[in-house]
Amino acid sequence: MDILNAIVVLANYIFVPAMTYGSQLALGALGITLIYGILRFSNFAHGDTMAFGAMAVILATWWMQSLGVSIHPLPTALLALPFGIAVTALLLLATDRVVYRFYRRVKAVPIIVVMASIGVMFVLNGVVRFIIGPNDQNFADGARFIFTAGDFKRATGLDEGLALRSSQVITVLAAVALVAALFWFLNRTRTGKSMRAFSDNEDLALLSGINPERVVTVTWLIVAILVTVAGTLYGLDKSFKPFTYFQLLLPMFAAAIVGGLGNPLGAIAGGFVIAFSEVSVTYAFKKVLGYLMPENLAPDTLVQLLSTEYKFAVSFALLVLVLLFRPTGIFRGQSL
Amino acid sequence: MKKILLASAAIASLAAGAAMAEDVKIGIILGFTGPIESITPNMAAGAELAIKEVNDSGKFSLGMVTPVRADSTCIDSGAATAAAERLVTSDKVAAIVGGDCSGVTGAMLQNVARPNGIVMVSPSATSPALSTAEDDGLFFRTAPSDARQGQVVADILGERGIKSVAITYTNNDYGKGLADSIQAAFEAAGGKVTINAAHEDGKADYSAEVGALASAGGEVLVVAGYLDQGGKGIIQASLDAGAFDTFELPDGMVGDSLPANIGPGLNGSFGQHPGTDSPGAASYGDMAKAAGYDGTSAFSPESYDAAALIMLAMQAAGSTDSKVFKDNLMAVANAPGEKIYPGELGKALEIIAAGGDIDYVGASAVELIGGGESAGNYREIDIKDGAIVTNKYR
Repeated sequence: MDILNAIVVLANYIFVPAMTYGSQLALGALGITLIYGILRFSNFAHGDTMAFGAMAVILATWWMQSLGVSIHPLPTALLALPFGIAVTALLLLATDRVVYRFYRRVKAVPIIVVMASIGVMFVLNGVVRFIIGPNDQNFADGARFIFTAGDFKRATGLDEGLALRSSQVITVLAAVALVAALFWFLNRTRTGKSMRAFSDNEDLALLSGINPERVVTVTWLIVAILVTVAGTLYGLDKSFKPFTYFQLLLPMFAAAIVGGLGNPLGAIAGGFVIAFSEVSVTYAFKKVLGYLMPENLAPDTLVQLLSTEYKFAVSFALLVLVLLFRPTGIFRGQSL
Repeated sequence: MKKILLASAAIASLAAGAAMAEDVKIGIILGFTGPIESITPNMAAGAELAIKEVNDSGKFSLGMVTPVRADSTCIDSGAATAAAERLVTSDKVAAIVGGDCSGVTGAMLQNVARPNGIVMVSPSATSPALSTAEDDGLFFRTAPSDARQGQVVADILGERGIKSVAITYTNNDYGKGLADSIQAAFEAAGGKVTINAAHEDGKADYSAEVGALASAGGEVLVVAGYLDQGGKGIIQASLDAGAFDTFELPDGMVGDSLPANIGPGLNGSFGQHPGTDSPGAASYGDMAKAAGYDGTSAFSPESYDAAALIMLAMQAAGSTDSKVFKDNLMAVANAPGEKIYPGELGKALEIIAAGGDIDYVGASAVELIGGGESAGNYREIDIKDGAIVTNKYR
């Protein structure tokens, strides 16, 4: 019984939140890794593109809610996703046309493009705040819980509860579906293969007649889908506030680099590594140990490695460790 | 050149003339720009209303009182000190109503008020640290210290039979000070605080913070935060994870938007915020309305009281010298004597002039304790069916 209680506590406070957070990070890191692999620069505007995508979805959601459109018990935001993706795709293609294409033409070194992307980041930062404001926005509807902690306790008779929110399940399912579709696309379709060829060796790809502008366009389209879905899921599961998306930049980059930049599989693994370490390093294990250890050995202190204020420091520390000891990341991506 | 000399001579003689006429200046230094700029106009209006009332009564024996405004910025101690310095050295104010935020108030007290020997009465600085600050008897406040709120929280928890609590606070001076005073008071009353942990405002996800709080346990979670910031996020995440289902809400968390945002999960929670059922609050609200501003705005009644106390103490001492009338402030604020409510300042001045005693109650039911700070009156509230209802006043 005590062991079951300990497992439930772990599931409620570590496994479920970290799975959800990890899926959101993985989708974000996939976008970063794709841009790095194919367009060959680190896109600092990624977090704010996510905010922009989520904002577009929120606006469409509000419009649908005002019309009374609903897919209860699922959140209306899912229905608004295609609209948000379309708007974000237009934005990304426009920034490519206005900013990045010039640097590709002049074959600028990557660091210059990175600087340009920081500029894009600031512009998007302002655009999002200008349109929707800097505050929290609430757009979640539909059923909030699959089952609550109270339901779980009543059903199982355990002392500890486990809550499962619908947004958490939707997040994980959507991430799995999206990743599967992306891998099928990259490995099975002609366009996908040409993208991988372009990523592996640009000159050889050009010689074999691959149209670079087409590869670039398709990449931005895929990135639009990934960021919009990731941004919307994060907003649904937690809350939408433009600033928090900017803060996501660090854990997402950490995920992409830890997994191996340019390697899609690595981005996913990296996302979960970062999420699980952030959550478990700052978790207080007092209750779990209280259940597992004999009564006289139960800890008095919180058994917390790091206070929760240092959550972002965890991804930073992991990033530094990986760069020091395995610069190519877990899955052997390109080294920095 | 000649003209300038002439002009400055004229100005100098004007200034000398002004100084000769019995004119008392009171500085009002509040954050007219900065994070609390939305409430300071109503605070300044409160202080100026008291001054106008005294002037109109014609009973103030030391001359006409003029208010002089200055900007404390609420957060920039350097700017606040410079502004206070200007009030004292160039405007020659006899006393100061202010400052507003605890940090700048402390800086002005140490850098300007003490060196120059000027009385400061703050209507809104609530940090417990100011209770123990060196003040040479010059510093008073009509707002209660958060240490007092800690005591009130401990009383409320005790009366509800709660033995153990977890505390989380927003990571700034206000949150930390309040959380520490709640912990001290609750533990002194025999309660157990399982954890006292900070949370940052403006994050999207508070599940990690709630995880630590839940692991420590406790019957009730005390959330010393802000209702539209991290405090809301902590409560939402606690309810989602089933970690806590009853919350104690200090003043920063009490507002109609909280039950509206959280929903039925908040029912059964309780809290407190400064408030009084004293008749003074209502009559002050009417006076403010007649004067064209909102008297129910936060700390506006306290500002009226701050200015009124300064002038009553001057009258009682028969002097506008801070070093003299600072000793009379406690006496006019507290019993014994005739109770004085807003709008009765003229009557109060008359009683003092006749040698009588007054007990200034004012708009915020002032009762100065300890080193000269308001004892504070709190409204204990319950959340019932998604609405905030008054339980009682304490």
